[in-house]
Amino acid sequence: MSDKNQVVLRHVTKKFTTRTMGTVTAVDDFNLEIKEGECFSFLGPSGCGKTTTLRMIAGFEDLSEGEIELCGRLVSSSAKNLYIPPEERDLGMVFQAFAVWPHMNIFDNVAFPLKIRKVARREIESRVKDALKHCSLDGLEKLYPGELSGGQQQRIALARAIVTNPKVMLLDEPLSNLDPKLRETMRFEIKELQRQFGFTIIFVTHDQSEAMAISDRMMVCDMGRIMQIDTPENLYRKPNSRFVHNFLGESTFINVTIKDSRVYPKGDETQAINITPPDDALSEMVIATRPNAIRLTKDSGFRTRIEKRIFLTDKTEYLVPVGEQLVKLQTPHRVVFAPGESCCIEIASPGWYPPEDKEAEAERARRQRF
Amino acid sequence: MFKRKSNSDLAAMEGRKFGLDGIMTALSFVLLFIIVVIPIFMIIYNAFFYQGKFDLTLFTSVIFDKENLKAMGNTIIIAVAVTIFGTIMGLFYAWLLGRSDIPAKGFMRALFTIPYMFPPFFGAMAWDLLFSGRAGYINRWLMSTFHLRTPPVNINSLGGIIFVECSYYFPFVFMQVVSALERMDPTLEESARIAGARQSQVIWKITLPLVKPAISAGALLILISSLAHFGVPSILGFSKNIFTLPTMIYALINKSGGSFEGIRQGTALSILLVAVVAVALVIQKKVLSSGSYDIIKGKSMRPTLIKLRGAKYPLLFLACLTLLVIVVVPLVMIFLVALVKAYGLPLVWKNFSLSNYQKVFASPATMDSIWNSLFLSVTAGVVCMFLGVMIAYVINRIKPRGRNVLEILSILPYSIPGTVLAIGVILAWSGAIFKITLYNTIWIILVAYMARYLSFSMKSASASLQQVNSSLEEASRACGATHTESLRDITLPLIKPAMVSGFFLIFLPAMRELTTSILLYGPYSRTLGVQIFALRDAGMIPQAAALASVAIVIIIVCNSIVTWITKDRKGA
Repeated sequence: MSDKNQVVLRHVTKKFTTRTMGTVTAVDDFNLEIKEGECFSFLGPSGCGKTTTLRMIAGFEDLSEGEIELCGRLVSSSAKNLYIPPEERDLGMVFQAFAVWPHMNIFDNVAFPLKIRKVARREIESRVKDALKHCSLDGLEKLYPGELSGGQQQRIALARAIVTNPKVMLLDEPLSNLDPKLRETMRFEIKELQRQFGFTIIFVTHDQSEAMAISDRMMVCDMGRIMQIDTPENLYRKPNSRFVHNFLGESTFINVTIKDSRVYPKGDETQAINITPPDDALSEMVIATRPNAIRLTKDSGFRTRIEKRIFLTDKTEYLVPVGEQLVKLQTPHRVVFAPGESCCIEIASPGWYPPEDKEAEAERARRQRF
Repeated sequence: MFKRKSNSDLAAMEGRKFGLDGIMTALSFVLLFIIVVIPIFMIIYNAFFYQGKFDLTLFTSVIFDKENLKAMGNTIIIAVAVTIFGTIMGLFYAWLLGRSDIPAKGFMRALFTIPYMFPPFFGAMAWDLLFSGRAGYINRWLMSTFHLRTPPVNINSLGGIIFVECSYYFPFVFMQVVSALERMDPTLEESARIAGARQSQVIWKITLPLVKPAISAGALLILISSLAHFGVPSILGFSKNIFTLPTMIYALINKSGGSFEGIRQGTALSILLVAVVAVALVIQKKVLSSGSYDIIKGKSMRPTLIKLRGAKYPLLFLACLTLLVIVVVPLVMIFLVALVKAYGLPLVWKNFSLSNYQKVFASPATMDSIWNSLFLSVTAGVVCMFLGVMIAYVINRIKPRGRNVLEILSILPYSIPGTVLAIGVILAWSGAIFKITLYNTIWIILVAYMARYLSFSMKSASASLQQVNSSLEEASRACGATHTESLRDITLPLIKPAMVSGFFLIFLPAMRELTTSILLYGPYSRTLGVQIFALRDAGMIPQAAALASVAIVIIIVCNSIVTWITKDRKGA
């Protein structure tokens, strides 16, 4: 990875108008700088604008506002009404549904970009062979995509994308049509290809664990807005919003009321939770933590009891009442409490967020239909 | 774990099951044997056997007859030309509507349904009114304005027949290709753009090869329909002695006044027609099985539409204009001529009257023909609806031995030209076997309609049954319902929409049927199509137009009812 900016988005905005939904801002003022050789993920639920952004970078959509720069070249600009068509952007791209052409055999599929570029026949042969080898497809040249498994088809798509040696590789949920075991292998293979060829990856996914595993940095977006851009670890440890907290990893939320700087579970002010609220706390807040970050003890902390105990393969999960809410926490198997047993919980340095916004929820549902 | 059923339980269960299922299976076989197998057998038998002995003389004499060979040549020339031009036209519109940003797509789509609704021989009548020799309205106008000696356009020619058939058959390719384009995963095209291909290269190297199966499916449908087509060549060709195989068969039988000799000659010619169609069917099967790709999209995504920019409005104008001319003008023409007092009078206000309609409605023969058609269409529709469901159920659920035979038998008549089917029905039901004579009655037409249209309702019911998981019926059995009750309360209600649409799939084409009826009608069993044809044949052209316009109104009303019914269901 170098410090050179490979992909730059400035004030990129995309509005769609449909007959049924009115105008929807699918992408709202995105500003991004992706470095050369970086693996950058767009992460978010469906309808968050991640795929639209990718398609604008690829050149399939125009921009309502803003501009996009690829490898130092301006490729899209709404102000200048400039749109370099996709075929002149020198990108590699892999799609969710593979998009390998069923009427061509594997060799022809991978050779297509070179033939279009009028590369000499002998060079085509050696480069296709090379690409197939990198994607462990050697020996299958004469077969047709219909004769191959999903994983192999996605490898064809990868081979086709790397054969022109592009500087930027766009991956649009390339793993979501594969089964879980294969997903992990392919993830590794993509990273390995990146190491060898040194291209920049933009990876679109709604799967947070996939994004975490593959990315150098990632952007979490929701309802057409960028929520946070950071490294996977920072996003997990210091989410800046309830949404990001909830989207990455497992979360436990507790609605609380704050009175005289003391924190009570919402709707039940008999016992306070032993944490200090931030100075700017509202009277109603949500505290957010991870199930495995809540300590379960015999007698130090908020007193409660075990409502339910669930044995999971690698941990034990407990549900404990906190006021009127049931709180989920997870412990190693060695911490054993019986259902009904009295216990205490301790919550260390939680995140503080304002209470849930009903309107935002409705808007999210509306966008997913769109 | 499982309690073993006692033998008597099993037997009782099997026994009950066998009861209903067995009856349905047997009934399906018997009915298809009577409706389909007997007529086909009779054709083959009569073509090659004479008075119980194998005899090829008739067959060879008919086949090597010069006129017949010419008719065969015409049939093939027309069919091939219609296929080529219809495919090009269908492709052009499919691309325009499926991949370009042309406006008014909904309007154009509505125009495409018109050729489906109306029988091509209405179109042939209208074009004949406009361009037939010195009499056609436009020809006369052109001759007087430009002082021409000879009529500039002659619709009574191979070219004219090809043109009119084209305008009715091109939607086959259009529909197939548009639906393929809509189902196609747009990323297949997008990945080619990313790979460096320009828009035009994508069309040639990716889009066209991928929809090739759809193109060939539509093109072969045109080919087979055109080979068997009767209406257009009969209207446009008879006056100039241009014959195709189906019209030649009709002419032979008509000339002989329904004598057995004429029917025998027609039978031999039918074998020739079937042979030509069979070749086309074999090609169809080969082509369709060779290339079918899975191009269904994964994510719902709008395809990137090609911006026509400056060409947008000229192309829109051209597309709408050609569609209007070939689709709407003929219909309007029929209404205008229906109002004119006598054929040939200029189409101006003072020559218009409703006298043709008075004559039409006053004539008992004409009113009979309307009632006959309604009776035949409704009866064939209802009977086939239930038969179709029964056969579909037997094939899909009971799966008896020989269900492939059942399936082939129920679909086979669809590929047999209507003319040939009519001859088979004549041979089978004029008392030759079982001494049942239906000839010259309305029932012989009903039998022919049933054979011809059974596959429509069978396919519709079959597709619907495949959607209904058999576990639904099993769940009802588990709740204590008997086999009959499950069928009545679970399966039938679930496939009811398919049954209703199956009915209309038969009712609508049966209302405007001409090809088989024209060979089967008797003095009291004229159908609507036959009566229009006969009026025109007798020179009463304005009256024929008046009756055709009545038919158009009936068809439009029925179609609106269908749309209304189906829309209502979607809303619920």
